[in-house]
Amino acid sequence: MSEPISVLTQRYDVPDAHTLAGYERTGGYQSLATAFDQAPTDLVSQVKDAGLRGRGGAGFPTGVKWGFTPRGTGKPTYLVINADEGEPGTFKDRELMERDPHQLLEGIIVSCYALESERAFLYLRGEYLWPGVRLEHAIAEAYEAGYLGKDIKGSGVNVDVTLHYAAGAYICGEETALLDSLEGRRGQPRLRPPFPAQAGVYGMPTQVNNVETIANVPHIVQHGVDWYRSMGTEKSPGPKLFCVSGEVNRPGNYEWPMGATAREIVEVSCQGMLDGRELRFWTPGGSSTPLLTGAHADTPMDFEAIMEAGSLLGTAAMQMFSDRTSVVEAARNWTKFYEHESCGKCTPCREGTFWLSQIYDRLLEGRGRSEDLDLLDEICDNIFGRSFCALGDGAVSPIKSSLALFRDEYEHLIAHGRLPDGIEAHTDAVDRNSGHGRPEQLVGA
Amino acid sequence: MSDDQITVTIDGTEVQVPEGTLVIRAAERLGITIPRFCDHPLLEPVAACRQCIVEIEGMRKPMTSCSTKATDGMVVKTHLTSDMAAVAQRGQLEFLLINHPLDCPQCDKGGECPLQDQALAHGPPDSRFIDQKRRYEKPIPISPQILLDRERCVLCARCTRFSQEISGDPFIELFERGALEQVAVYEDEPYHSYFSGNVIQICPVGALTSTSYRFKSRPFDLRSTGGVCNQCSAGCNLRVDTRRGGIERQLAADNMAVNEMWNCDKGRFGFPWVSHPERLQQPQARGSLLALEPVSWHGALTTAAEGLQAALDAGGGDAVGVLTGGRLTDEDAYAVSRFARDAVGTDNVDFRLWPRTDDEREVLAAVAGAPGPTYEDVEHADVVVVAGLDPEEEVPILHLRLRKAWRKHGQRIVVVGPTLGTMSEIAWRWVRTDAGDEGRVLTALATGATTGELQDEVAAALGGDGEGAATSVVVLAGERLSRSPGALPSAAMLAQRRDAAFAWVPRRNGARGALDAGLLPGLLPGGRPQSQAGPVADAWDHVPTAPGRDARGILEAAAAGEIKALYLVGVDPVRDFEDPRLARAALEAADTVIVQDLMRTETTAYADVLLPAAAPQERVGSFTTWEGRRQPFPQALPPQRLQQQDWDITRQLARALGADLGWETASDVRAEAAPLMDRRASVAERLAALESEPLPLATAPVPPLEEGELEAVVADLLLAERSTLLAGADDLLATARTPSAVMAPADAERAGVGHGDTVEVRGPGGAVTLPLAVRPHVVEGSVVLPGNALEAPVGTLADPDDPTGRLRVTVAAAPADELEESA
Ligand SMILES: Cc1cc2nc3c(=O)[nH]c(=O)nc-3n(C[C@H](O)[C@H](O)[C@H](O)COP(=O)(O)O)c2cc1C
Ligand code: SF4
Ligand code: SF4
Ligand code: SF4
Ligand code: FES
Repeated sequence: MSEPISVLTQRYDVPDAHTLAGYERTGGYQSLATAFDQAPTDLVSQVKDAGLRGRGGAGFPTGVKWGFTPRGTGKPTYLVINADEGEPGTFKDRELMERDPHQLLEGIIVSCYALESERAFLYLRGEYLWPGVRLEHAIAEAYEAGYLGKDIKGSGVNVDVTLHYAAGAYICGEETALLDSLEGRRGQPRLRPPFPAQAGVYGMPTQVNNVETIANVPHIVQHGVDWYRSMGTEKSPGPKLFCVSGEVNRPGNYEWPMGATAREIVEVSCQGMLDGRELRFWTPGGSSTPLLTGAHADTPMDFEAIMEAGSLLGTAAMQMFSDRTSVVEAARNWTKFYEHESCGKCTPCREGTFWLSQIYDRLLEGRGRSEDLDLLDEICDNIFGRSFCALGDGAVSPIKSSLALFRDEYEHLIAHGRLPDGIEAHTDAVDRNSGHGRPEQLVGA
Repeated sequence: MSDDQITVTIDGTEVQVPEGTLVIRAAERLGITIPRFCDHPLLEPVAACRQCIVEIEGMRKPMTSCSTKATDGMVVKTHLTSDMAAVAQRGQLEFLLINHPLDCPQCDKGGECPLQDQALAHGPPDSRFIDQKRRYEKPIPISPQILLDRERCVLCARCTRFSQEISGDPFIELFERGALEQVAVYEDEPYHSYFSGNVIQICPVGALTSTSYRFKSRPFDLRSTGGVCNQCSAGCNLRVDTRRGGIERQLAADNMAVNEMWNCDKGRFGFPWVSHPERLQQPQARGSLLALEPVSWHGALTTAAEGLQAALDAGGGDAVGVLTGGRLTDEDAYAVSRFARDAVGTDNVDFRLWPRTDDEREVLAAVAGAPGPTYEDVEHADVVVVAGLDPEEEVPILHLRLRKAWRKHGQRIVVVGPTLGTMSEIAWRWVRTDAGDEGRVLTALATGATTGELQDEVAAALGGDGEGAATSVVVLAGERLSRSPGALPSAAMLAQRRDAAFAWVPRRNGARGALDAGLLPGLLPGGRPQSQAGPVADAWDHVPTAPGRDARGILEAAAAGEIKALYLVGVDPVRDFEDPRLARAALEAADTVIVQDLMRTETTAYADVLLPAAAPQERVGSFTTWEGRRQPFPQALPPQRLQQQDWDITRQLARALGADLGWETASDVRAEAAPLMDRRASVAERLAALESEPLPLATAPVPPLEEGELEAVVADLLLAERSTLLAGADDLLATARTPSAVMAPADAERAGVGHGDTVEVRGPGGAVTLPLAVRPHVVEGSVVLPGNALEAPVGTLADPDDPTGRLRVTVAAAPADELEESA
């Protein structure tokens, strides 16, 4: 049995934690001295030993990734904080930045020192106005107090932070598209190699890390590897923010050690599913991770166990749906999202999502054909693994998994032209979600 | 790419390729064509279309072969041996087709369309798509000569990458996202590029089509012939597509040594003149009413010969002048060169109608017939010095090579002269000189007597042991350099002192051939001086012993009545000679004017005999590039009517004069010409040999300007409305840059004029009115004039009696009445 913990969220209930005074009073910025006493490469080793894994979705070991950063090239190295938070169902970074912006800044300073970088770019989701206000204020205060800028607190360390409001596209959260967008171009992913670690922003060595990832760093530095590893599992250590949404009583961000189960989180933190509803399907890590069912509720939420269950931990965005909700409608909703957000660069994602979306429209309008299910499946296969970036892979996750797990609902829909009894239709909501409907060029005459 | 060879196995067969080779290229070596859309051998990989997927052992995911580099020991399975790859490829084709309008029956690309071909070869036989396709308005113009059909576009980004990477005109871009991603141009900036036609050619579908070829033909109804472009000295290889005796279109043909896979719009679209109504269709001569009347070839040649004979009888060979332009084939140039000396007995020949000082002869002699630096030498040079030349306007494909070198290995390009022209993007340093003062600065760079930091830096880069010194340098000297005293010799000396390769880069396609053929007074084929005729003496009956008159001398002598007959082959002195008044006077005064040309020109009105010549596409021949590379081309279509090849007309004229030059076919001419026009000694060796009689270098500074005066720099534009060879190419001309006078901001301020104003440029001989562009890439004290695009020939501005060839002008706001006219 796990218990909720309070590491990253420890100041969430301190009303003035977002101010420098509140932050300092509650022990903030204390990791700096510890960090600056050590060689930068020692910090990288610590992060590696702590087993911190990227919180942006892929779960790649952060210390290992940092190790790819070339040193002594004579070129500047950049740290880019990925605060684009576009994955459906994900809102953890937002709260981190709203409630405890200095924690992120402290993480940035320590990470920059570890990477021997003197400038960090904070690529903030364009719609995140309130986090932006808090960050701008926090950055100004940090500069004022000498935590940012030249010769931080007399240590000789220089770190500047540039806050950049993002372009409003999901794809711009993909790290190479982010770099293009940051440089002022259309956000489309770049060909790799070269990897950002070698040639990122303006062709310079660059690390791209998620907000939550970086927020972990000061805690590791301050409290040590063993303390960090006392939370979570062997391969997925540390605290984790779970963003729970959907048909639960109390949606929100909850901090648990890695490896807590969905049932624990929903029962303890969210006070269970809405009355009279039973968990039918859910995403463990946002819409780009394959759906799981109620039967998976006791799977530990760590990278390995969730993968074993057939999905991915992703951003740990748990969207919980009950037996009253149509999985086909949910899949249609997400498909519309991916169709809208496909950057258009590569054929399978661009054309495939366009096609899938129309098939879903037909299914839910009662015009499905029995061959459509195999067609959906095959279109997904032609997208998955063949797309340029992971957006395409993510787009097919809800479809492939719902077809595998809930084929009966699809078949019912095709056979009867309507959803099974007991499931409420949300057609209008889905249409509203996909904005003002399909642009004229896509509707046809 | 390094020289190290690695071994990869593709579909069970091993192949050795240089390290760094892409899998798709390695497969090509085995004759395995992996289907592709976005891949292009000269563009950076984007891996966007996902068509080229293969299976690679040890890789978890399917890989795109166009973006994956082969590594030693790699085992690749293409669609031929991997089900996974075959299925993946079929899937991508199905995707590409769902939004494709499938309007092949009315698409220009049908029959030569990679999408069609690959759908047939690798695609699913049927579509499973029953939903709504994306719809767009079709087609929309993105320039006067290019139409875009977005429904057909497969979003491969070849066109946009070409514009960014190759031509550097990023005016065509991908916009929007998802299924709405589309190629578009900016609302406020047109797609302006001299190279835009290439995007039509590389578009793998019929999304980009040309306005002039639209709905004209099916590829399988065309007859395709190789060709060499006749518009400039770049020598782009072409494919000429004809149908029913007319040219339907011209495409760039691959020649990696010359134009790679590109050409410019002038070469691609500038062919309608061939069938233009202004073409000379049949021989004409003045009849009883003194008007030009159609006559037989026999009649015309007889009349011409009689005129020549009368002049010979009156004053011998000295009474005849022969002028050619820079447009003849090598064979024609040689034929006319020998005709003048052997059949007429005169050395009064010249192909250079451009304004020039008299000091270029030694340099041209050293260049003639010798192999110079090639495109590849230019590409691989560390430093290239460009003087008196604006490659993009004059020899566009050379510009693309320079830009490639700049992009790929940061080539340092040094521009020397009063204007940076269109080189601002790629130039490393601009060594400013006053107009006319290039020679002194080039000499300083050669001798190290530089002044100022910039010159020192450039001099250091040019050679020596210092840091950053180049190991290979090329000096490119343009036609324009001949205007400045001592400049061409100084450029040659710079090359020689710095161990650099030297090239003289004329603008016109036939100029180098004319030089090699000895079409200038005092020089024989191969740049041989008259005193060292060598094999020429064996081949010719008559080798002149003293230099004849040059172009100016010929026209002056004609105007003075000393020259009585003029034989003008492919040249329009009224338009092209620096002093049109002198040209007219000469044409009026001469007893006999024989004009042999392609089109009606201002000069043909003065002709007593008109001899219609066949266009390059209507005949065989060869052109010599600025490098000195001779490129033969076959005949693509028959002459329009009674035209004949220039060398043949010249041969028959010789016959009519009673001289037999001994050739019957173009091959005969070439066989005789080739050994005489080519010389083994390199330019460098010959320049070195000149040390004993030093080159006439520039020493005197430019005389100071009077208050308000500016030195005119005459620089031609690629596309000018009055060019004979652009007649009828209306869509192409609609993309021409606006001819304007260009001056530096400080000068404009002093003159009280601004960017976009209409100004009057006044010289001692006259004035022209044109728009003004104010740009920092012209030195103070100079104004750049678009020589070939002015309403009156630029020579009309000059003082006809000023022997310096210098043109000094004033620039002022145009008087109000002219403004109204131009409005
Ligand atoms: C379509 C797409 C969208 C993404 N959006 C985000 C995002 O909003 N925030 C984020 O941190 N990572 C996002 N990622 C993951 C990033 O590419 C990258 O893996 C991550 O920022 C690395 O940080 P980490 O190692 O700290 O997790 C996205 C990836 C894809 C393919
Ligand atoms: S998978 Fe392709 S189209 Fe989709 S977002 Fe990535 S690059 Fe763009
Ligand atoms: S217009 Fe042609 S070249 Fe350009 S992206 Fe579309 S298909 Fe490719
Ligand atoms: S660059 Fe010169 S040779 Fe090439 S196509 Fe253009 S005009 Fe013709
Ligand atoms: S050809 Fe390889 S992805 Fe397009």
